[in-house]
Amino acid sequence: MFKTVLCLSAGMAALVSASTAYAQTEISWWHAMDAELGQKLEAIAQGFNDSQDEFTVVPTYKGSYAETLTAAIAAFRANEQPAIIQVFEVGTGTMMAATGAVNPVYQLMADAGEPWDPSGFLAPVTGYYSDTSGNILSMPFNSSTPIMYYNKDVFEAAGLDPDVPPTTWAELETMGRQIVESGAANCALSSAWITWIQTENLSALHDKPFGTLENGFGGLGTEFVFNDELQVRHWDNLKKWSDEGLFQYGGPAGAADAAPKFYSQECAIFMNSSAGRAGVIANATDFEVGFAPLPYYDDVIEEPKNSIIGGATLWALNGKDAQVYNGVAKFFTYLSSPEVQAQWHQDTGYLPITNAAYELGQEQGYYAENPGSDIAINQITRGTPSANSKGIRFGNLTQVRAIVDEEFEALLAGSKTAQEALDAAVERGNQILRDFEAANS
Amino acid sequence: MVENRPWLAFFTHLVLIVGVVIVVFPVYLAFVASTHTGADFLRGLVPLLPGLHMIENYSKMLFDGISTAGAPPLWRMMLNSTAIAVIIAIGKIVISLLSAYAIVFFKFPFRLFAFWIIFITLMLPVEVRIIPTFAVVANLGLLNSYVGLTLPLIASATATFLFRQFFLTVPDELMEAARVDGAGPMKFFRDILLPLSRTNIAALFVILFIYGWVQYLWPLLVTTDSRYYTVVMGIKRLAATADAEPQWHLVMAAAVLAMLPPVLVVIFMQRLFVKGLVETEK
Amino acid sequence: MQTKRTIFPNRVLPYFLLLPQLAVTLVFFIWPALQAVKSSFEREDPFGFRTTFIWLDNYTRLFAEAGYINSLSRTAVFAVLVTLLSMSLSLILAVAVNRVLRTNRIYTTLLVWPYAVAPVVVGILWWFIFNPTIGILPYMMRSVGIAWNPRVNGDHAMILVIVAASWKQISYNFLFFVAGLQSVPQSLTEAAAIDGAGPFKRFWTIVFPLLSPTTFFLLIVNINYAMFDTFGIIDATTSGGPNQATNVLVYKVYADGFLGLNIGSSAAQSVILMLIVIALTAIQFRFIERRVQY
Repeated sequence: MFKTVLCLSAGMAALVSASTAYAQTEISWWHAMDAELGQKLEAIAQGFNDSQDEFTVVPTYKGSYAETLTAAIAAFRANEQPAIIQVFEVGTGTMMAATGAVNPVYQLMADAGEPWDPSGFLAPVTGYYSDTSGNILSMPFNSSTPIMYYNKDVFEAAGLDPDVPPTTWAELETMGRQIVESGAANCALSSAWITWIQTENLSALHDKPFGTLENGFGGLGTEFVFNDELQVRHWDNLKKWSDEGLFQYGGPAGAADAAPKFYSQECAIFMNSSAGRAGVIANATDFEVGFAPLPYYDDVIEEPKNSIIGGATLWALNGKDAQVYNGVAKFFTYLSSPEVQAQWHQDTGYLPITNAAYELGQEQGYYAENPGSDIAINQITRGTPSANSKGIRFGNLTQVRAIVDEEFEALLAGSKTAQEALDAAVERGNQILRDFEAANS
Repeated sequence: MVENRPWLAFFTHLVLIVGVVIVVFPVYLAFVASTHTGADFLRGLVPLLPGLHMIENYSKMLFDGISTAGAPPLWRMMLNSTAIAVIIAIGKIVISLLSAYAIVFFKFPFRLFAFWIIFITLMLPVEVRIIPTFAVVANLGLLNSYVGLTLPLIASATATFLFRQFFLTVPDELMEAARVDGAGPMKFFRDILLPLSRTNIAALFVILFIYGWVQYLWPLLVTTDSRYYTVVMGIKRLAATADAEPQWHLVMAAAVLAMLPPVLVVIFMQRLFVKGLVETEK
Repeated sequence: MQTKRTIFPNRVLPYFLLLPQLAVTLVFFIWPALQAVKSSFEREDPFGFRTTFIWLDNYTRLFAEAGYINSLSRTAVFAVLVTLLSMSLSLILAVAVNRVLRTNRIYTTLLVWPYAVAPVVVGILWWFIFNPTIGILPYMMRSVGIAWNPRVNGDHAMILVIVAASWKQISYNFLFFVAGLQSVPQSLTEAAAIDGAGPFKRFWTIVFPLLSPTTFFLLIVNINYAMFDTFGIIDATTSGGPNQATNVLVYKVYADGFLGLNIGSSAAQSVILMLIVIALTAIQFRFIERRVQY
């Protein structure tokens, strides 16, 4: 009975939609963008669907980045994969090793005869996603880099100049103490992505290696080396500040509790992806927000290097027919057009992935009107990337990040020192790298 | 009650009232939270009295959903949950009646073997063998289908076990009488055994409906298409927002709605529920 | 094994009767279980392009891994504490309900419904109550000077999941204890009362020993529940953290396999869990077969 009703209603729905959308090729797109970002993403898909009538892109939210990747892999094994999947930068190593599963974007564009000029993209972004011969394998879509958000009202209440954010960790500590002691806020600092921001980016900024073989770009035989002096010192500081109440931990991975601490004015400074901008603007309604680059240790490096990217790219998965890939190529072209890119970048805080989108933003006067909105771009494009700041590429990095989070929690709980925690993370991480090497060679 | 001790009676009631408070408190809090606006939570403490936004929050969840959190309107997910719970309950009851009948009333080669094949699944939840089961269902092309959502959950022996225990208590004389009357096995099953099992079937239906309704991990894995989302897994999607404040008031509205149907079933069919639960296990 | 004195002589019919259940069991249980056994001896990349047979490597590595040993001990702590907490609360409530006459239906109704709340919803409810930023309990704890932080403190996280898991199980245990108490003959307690034994003494010397079959049964069921049915609770609260403090076996299978994409290790864990469950089932079964009188 129930089944009949369902079949009937499904049939009805099909009839209704068939009259509006005649024989369109459906392109499934799995993504991990929720809340404000999800809305903007859906608007892009809608924009593409309205711009032509041959293809329909159907975005589906699949949970966190890790969940999305896992779901796609499982679906691929069952031959139920989507055409496009959004994979975070940590999944790059895993995707690159799975050559049979991926329809690389340079190939896809050539097959579909779509014009495609890789040199128009920001170099730090494309470098991250190219194979050893320089071919781009996935479509840059939402690349971000971590920046610092701070609460100007709290700065003012603490007697600090709201327009002068801390530039070094030493300054951050002094200002943080002043904020907490003056009672302007209960805590000075909270941070999302301890692994990405306080470990991976920390290493890049100070030109220190995260792993051997150019941070993994040189091959599968790489090993982690992030248990060195700088990282230990920084983790030690975070632990010390945590004990003193200056720093509040918001949870593993994306730190579900970190952003609320900033929005509710519990913590004065918040480090997160530049893509947190949309959420910050939507949620931080009671106070003025300042934006700044990440701080650094000025006794370690005088001119900090560029930060490294995060966020995600779009991978086309194998096993669909040519017509679908034509649609995917058309959609990618639409996606990287300056107008769409500039809009996405300005709405969300993700980096503009093409130079054209950045220039368009300048012409529109967006950066002049929105102070702080170009912090991420300037931070990622400053100086010349070294082998240590080009990015990182390791297999099964998702697991490694989980391990680093665990060891950081062990440090906060007081069961390990910073050195012990990082040593353990490196040792366990190397084991994962060896497993990955064994499974993929 | 053997003797009358007023202080003991008072103490007894006190214990019970404290127990009821412990049991009700989390749900009361959830209900209260679901009647406020999101902004009320940013102040750093949950209000303890209901607010004024109940209708607004519930209608938003029921009819609009939050598409960016991958949550379709709740009424749709609730319909799915109902369908899945009913299919699981009926499916389990049907296959269990048949196999319990075979095991109790017949002697045949490999009977013991069949018995163990079935009963080894008695307490093994799907979570334990989640990955291979997922692979099997995926290979059969059953992802995103009601079949894939329900069949693997039907494959456990709890109901078979209950019917076996019950059939063993059916007096042998009934069967002998049926055979004297020349009734065949299926006629006996239909005309005598099924009517006798009526209450048990109803009681079991209640238990299995709840079992089907509260499934979480399995639907989470086998559905990639929001048309098949169940309400229990949909909630997780709402609560786990990464870059934004979780919208607690809406999450709690969804939680209350997800609890409501099975809780009402338990309350209004309490006698059957208790019977089903206590007898299933004993 | 129990059977009837008289049986139907049909030879083929029983196989047809058994067919649906056997088919479903074979396809969705036995086959996956065999698959798990098979992949527990293999190393495989996530996409399944390359599979290598590696004998017992997955198992030996599992038991050499601190994380797995930790998970075993965490599971034991969790299961034992949930069982104790939930059963003792339920027993107190059942004894109390058994003493009141007029209102016991009302109390029972108010106490049994949490059975119908999905574990993941239970998790969300308690996560909300215990949320360090907006939860009511941390707020109260702060006022008495306890710094509640389940994000960092493993013990706090463990307390949270134990409380949530126990809360859900109260109604189940309660119902079985009530049923058990009702089967205690009135004449025994009355005789003891005449001998001058007070209510508490009567309970410990007469009622509680008579409840032992029920108690034993519930012990097994509760351990089983805490070990395998609490996935949703863990997932909605701590996700196994902080630093694996609440990473119980059943969650680890999922996290390593589905999130970590480590299929071989996850399969080996599945196999170990299946053996544990089968052992528990066997104990349960012997017990039931012994107890049921026909």
